[in-house]
Amino acid sequence: MGESLLKQGHALAVLERQRGVIEDGAAVEPFERRLAATGIGELRATGIDVFQINVGRLCNQTCRHCHVDAGPDRTEIMTRQTMELCLAALRQIDASIVDITGGAPELNSDFRWLVEQVRSLGRHVIDRCNLTVLVLPGYDDLPEFLAAHRVEITASLPYYLEQQTDAQRGEHVFERSIRALQRLNEIGYGRGDGLMLNLVYNPVGAFLPPRQAAIEADYKRELARRHGIVFDRLYTITNMPINRFLDYLLTSGNYDAYMRKLAGAFNVEAAASVMCRTTLSVGWDGTLYDCDFNQMLDLRVGDGLPRHIRDFDAALLARRTICTGKHCYGCTAGAGSSCTGATK
Amino acid sequence: MADYYRAEDLARFGEVGKAAPRLWEKFNAWYGSVFADGALSEREKALIALAVAHAVQCPYCIDAYAQTCLEKGSNIEQMTEAVHVAAAIRGGACLVHGVQMRNTVDRLSM
Repeated sequence: MGESLLKQGHALAVLERQRGVIEDGAAVEPFERRLAATGIGELRATGIDVFQINVGRLCNQTCRHCHVDAGPDRTEIMTRQTMELCLAALRQIDASIVDITGGAPELNSDFRWLVEQVRSLGRHVIDRCNLTVLVLPGYDDLPEFLAAHRVEITASLPYYLEQQTDAQRGEHVFERSIRALQRLNEIGYGRGDGLMLNLVYNPVGAFLPPRQAAIEADYKRELARRHGIVFDRLYTITNMPINRFLDYLLTSGNYDAYMRKLAGAFNVEAAASVMCRTTLSVGWDGTLYDCDFNQMLDLRVGDGLPRHIRDFDAALLARRTICTGKHCYGCTAGAGSSCTGATK
Repeated sequence: MADYYRAEDLARFGEVGKAAPRLWEKFNAWYGSVFADGALSEREKALIALAVAHAVQCPYCIDAYAQTCLEKGSNIEQMTEAVHVAAAIRGGACLVHGVQMRNTVDRLSM
């Protein structure tokens, strides 16, 4: 199992330097200029439909493409006190979806408490799950807990074959993921009866995702045929040039070509429906961001806006101007990319 | 000779259109239609293109369609089988001309 960039003392772990690499190192025009040229202009939020909470950077995996730089050596964990601030903010808005992410959010010792509290407010919970956490010793009852609270599981499985999955996520991850999926199916997930189980495809390398409907058909056919696994939806998510994927791009010599590919595939329709327009991202320490990607670059919400969840102001944040950078080309390339897959 | 082909020249393909822009425009329109979803899917066509690229040994096409196949959701196993299909046809085309050879031997031999 590898180490995070932070633990390695990697140059990219200094976020100011990383932001410089992305803005100055990529030979593509500034994202803001591209938006202006399309007539979209300044990107503004249209509301807060999804309240995304990153409960920490601790993870039991160290995936090569991770934009979070999550891993077993990370110590940033959201406290219950910060979670209570999140709940206080949630009570002020109608956001129907709370999207809990990490790291591996389930490794936060208050994860279950948070789920219970959010559900008691009548909001729907999405758990961004790496699957292998469900087969860790001591987490055997987690699938039943998630089912009891009707939590929607959106789980990473970059490909339906072992070689590609393990290349991105680590040795034995595929085999453990299959076991976890079979367990979830056994208790009713993914069978079309209301316990939603979605999978996420990430390219295992420096290329764009395929058409979502086409690869979903492949996953459904192959996972059923090979492993007897069923699920609801497949989402394709473009790899973002942030943290460990950025490091991969630089060390493999693919950075320039990948950024040119992202910018070259700019889709104005995808740009108009980017997820940051309807999502608010809360960091492990309560800091506010436009999205999880901005969070990992420590690009906080803009000037004049509440910067911490304790100062939450729904009116201001629901119509905020969104902070952008060249990494945003990742969400606007091709069919677009978001936490729920292709946007077009 | 090692530098005769340069990877960066693939991105300059459009320059070929400068001296005959109307023909380039027709080529692009037809090319785009060829590779669109039809009776065959985009991925099936990309795999065929990859195989043909190996048969005609075009390094530009091999580079481009290896990438395209990945971006259509294919994988190294499927792509390698496609290359073998191309090799089998090229090899088979060679071998079947052995019948021509045998015809000549039969004509000239007692």
